[in-house]
Amino acid sequence: MTLATADTQKAPGGLAATLAHARYVISDNPVTGIAFGMFLVLVVCATFGPFIVPYDPLASDTAAALQPPSAAHWFGTDNLGRDIFSRVVVASRLDMAIAIFSVALVFAVGGVAGIASGFFGGWTDRIIGRISDTIMAFPLFVLAMGIVAALGNTVTNIVIATAIINFPLYVRVAKSEAAIRRNAGYVQAARLTGNSEWRILLTTILPNIMPIMMVQMSLTMGYAILNAAGLSFIGLGVRPPTPEWGIMVAEGSAYIVSGEWWIALFPGLALMFAVFCFNLLGDGLRDIVDPQRRT
Amino acid sequence: MHGVVDVKEHAAKSSEAPSGPLLEVRDLTVEFATRRGIVTAVSKVDLTLGKGETLGIVGESGSGKSVTSYTVMRILDRAGRIAEGSITFSGIDVAHAPESEMRDLRGREMSMIFQNPRAALNPIRTVGAQIGDVLLQHVQADPRNVKHKVIDILKQVRIARPEDRYHAYPFELSGGMCQRIVIALALACRPQLMIADEPTTGLDVTTQKAVMDLVTELTRERGMSTILITHDLGLAATYCDTVMVMEKGKVVETAPAERIFRDPQHPYTRKLMRATPRPGITLKDLLPEGEGAPTAAAARSPVADAGAPLLTVENLVREYPRQGAPSAFLAKLKGKPLTPEETIFRAVDGISFEVKRGESVGLVGESGCGKSTTSTMVMRLIDPTAGKITFAGEDIGAIPAKDFAHHPMRKRIQMVFQDPTESLNPRYTAARAIADPLLRMGGYSGGAKLDARVAELAEMVGLPQNLLERFPHQLSGGQKARIGIARAIALDPDLVILDEPTAALDVSVQAVVLNLLEELKQRLGMSYLFVSHDLHVVGLLCDRVIVMRQGRIVEEGTAREVLEAPKDAYTRELIAAIPHPPV
Repeated sequence: MTLATADTQKAPGGLAATLAHARYVISDNPVTGIAFGMFLVLVVCATFGPFIVPYDPLASDTAAALQPPSAAHWFGTDNLGRDIFSRVVVASRLDMAIAIFSVALVFAVGGVAGIASGFFGGWTDRIIGRISDTIMAFPLFVLAMGIVAALGNTVTNIVIATAIINFPLYVRVAKSEAAIRRNAGYVQAARLTGNSEWRILLTTILPNIMPIMMVQMSLTMGYAILNAAGLSFIGLGVRPPTPEWGIMVAEGSAYIVSGEWWIALFPGLALMFAVFCFNLLGDGLRDIVDPQRRT
Repeated sequence: MHGVVDVKEHAAKSSEAPSGPLLEVRDLTVEFATRRGIVTAVSKVDLTLGKGETLGIVGESGSGKSVTSYTVMRILDRAGRIAEGSITFSGIDVAHAPESEMRDLRGREMSMIFQNPRAALNPIRTVGAQIGDVLLQHVQADPRNVKHKVIDILKQVRIARPEDRYHAYPFELSGGMCQRIVIALALACRPQLMIADEPTTGLDVTTQKAVMDLVTELTRERGMSTILITHDLGLAATYCDTVMVMEKGKVVETAPAERIFRDPQHPYTRKLMRATPRPGITLKDLLPEGEGAPTAAAARSPVADAGAPLLTVENLVREYPRQGAPSAFLAKLKGKPLTPEETIFRAVDGISFEVKRGESVGLVGESGCGKSTTSTMVMRLIDPTAGKITFAGEDIGAIPAKDFAHHPMRKRIQMVFQDPTESLNPRYTAARAIADPLLRMGGYSGGAKLDARVAELAEMVGLPQNLLERFPHQLSGGQKARIGIARAIALDPDLVILDEPTAALDVSVQAVVLNLLEELKQRLGMSYLFVSHDLHVVGLLCDRVIVMRQGRIVEEGTAREVLEAPKDAYTRELIAAIPHPPV
């Protein structure tokens, strides 16, 4: 069934049309709007965190240690008397940075490897496929632990480890999407107009699978944050006293039994908020970036 | 009752009958909620279908023919709703019946055959099990006798070796065979009404004929009523009692099949009729009256005879490993090495032909005959197994396909693809798609010069300039076809391969596109290799026709010779299978 609506539509006008489309998608699915709102909160915290928090996240005040949430300390204070609210807000920058850089890295490497694997097939596919199988064969978190432990305890290495464990996911998604399009009419047409295979891969296939990759990236962002926090939780990666959600949960976990629940709870909630936000965002993002949906 | 009576008479007659008509639709209006507000897909449709009658609903895409039938079965999208009117099916008010009642009705009392038979079957279950499910669901069989009944039904739809095919998966069967299974599914519970939505689109003409003959025979045998939804007037004329023509959601004409062709009342019906390819006409005859007055039949001058050969193909062969072949290793173990016939499938089996400068050659055959493989080899997208392809004096068959993208010959052979939607990059605007060959091979590097050339090409193919900034999904099928043609002629090629360029288009759009292709050929002096399954369309555009079957050429001659006096039995069968309105 085709409704002849496309003809009555005005040609798209760049940014204005994108915004109009975004507005339509959000009004059609309010959850996307909520996800974007949450994302905005995260971005504001990550960008302006150190300037808007009420206390210095590193300043300890033993007189005010282990205080429950109050008007002065919204999330309470920890065993050294540091303000948990300030620490949670400031930590968002580090956690977001790890997630963004690791996702960008794995997209650049895994995404392109996956497209090449699906597009060329044959030996390219076999080699890339076996590499990702090898990575998949390990319990992923244990692999990340091993990488960080071996390479050294730095933020860069957390980013690399997180990218490596996500590599197979990107390869598989990109490979299957590229394989579907390998012989599509427009790819054949691109060959006829004199495009080389690598040019087709990067200028024709890649933009067309971006919507799916965007969803994948959004989902792995949440996963990357969890992974970074997990590594810090077990003592690998970021070290105290740097504010980081994983370390804060780890520090607070000892106090849960004695009744000081807020130390672990609030960084935990922040983690949940971020992961939840990226998962919701994935769906909404796909609707906005996919031109096919702009009917 | 075969509907030879006038509709009004018919309606009067059926109201006298004790039971009344089987299906009665009055003033039906269906609306869809879209982002630009309410769109009326069908407005004020009336239709009456008596028992045992066959009604054809004919219209082009967007005419509301499918929506009408979906509404009758109440399987509309979530966004669609019946705004007005009534649907009565053997005394039941379909518009207001509860969903539970409708579920029971669908499948048992009314059923549907969909366009793509493969998509309508579950790929991971055997066809026997799928038919059995329907029987069990509607309590037409019990687990003990279900297999027996399913085999009975398979026999009825003329499936050879039904006991073996009971265990077959859909992918193991041909398209025609799958459609028979879908028909078996639709008929399993002996419904009173069957709706066939473009049941033969995508099937070969000979398969189409077999499937439609079967449907007619089975429905007649059982006294079933049928609604046939199609864009093909010829098909409706051949198989329906009454024909209803729809345009933009409205019924423009309803009349008995014989009369609608003898004496079409509505201008739209006349336009559709003219646009349907049929024997003994020229390209100009396809266009509506007044647009391009029918010139002399010799509009296509036989100048081609004087041309030198542009493309010569000699003993071309393409082999593929046979799928599902027994393992060569196992065979060796058993001491009986496989013969080449067992492992290799020859898609193209030693064919030779030539295309002269300025000539159009049609390559005709059914799916799997090797015509597309041949054109893809000539296009130099795949390598031939053996044989020689000479283009403008150079042996281009010897250049590996993967290097041909950079070869200077590349721009002299271009192609127009079958599906205009699928062949356009969804992320390129029309202008960008047309500019692509110019940027890659035409020596252009953007700027005003490129824009001017794109605008010139758009003008040549009749694409309005204001559409150039649109994306493919914002354009109609005909507009997309024009972009595909503009892209193919951008580099002034000598040879353009047309791979069923109109197969996905409505007939009226097809008429315009075919005329455009002919005009461009004359203007630019190109040669065409036209690949198609439709002999009538090929006959209109081509000087010479080559008929292929199972990888070999069975007949070759001028278009007139082949169409009017076919020598080969297979060609005769192909021509006879094409349904066309009585002229």
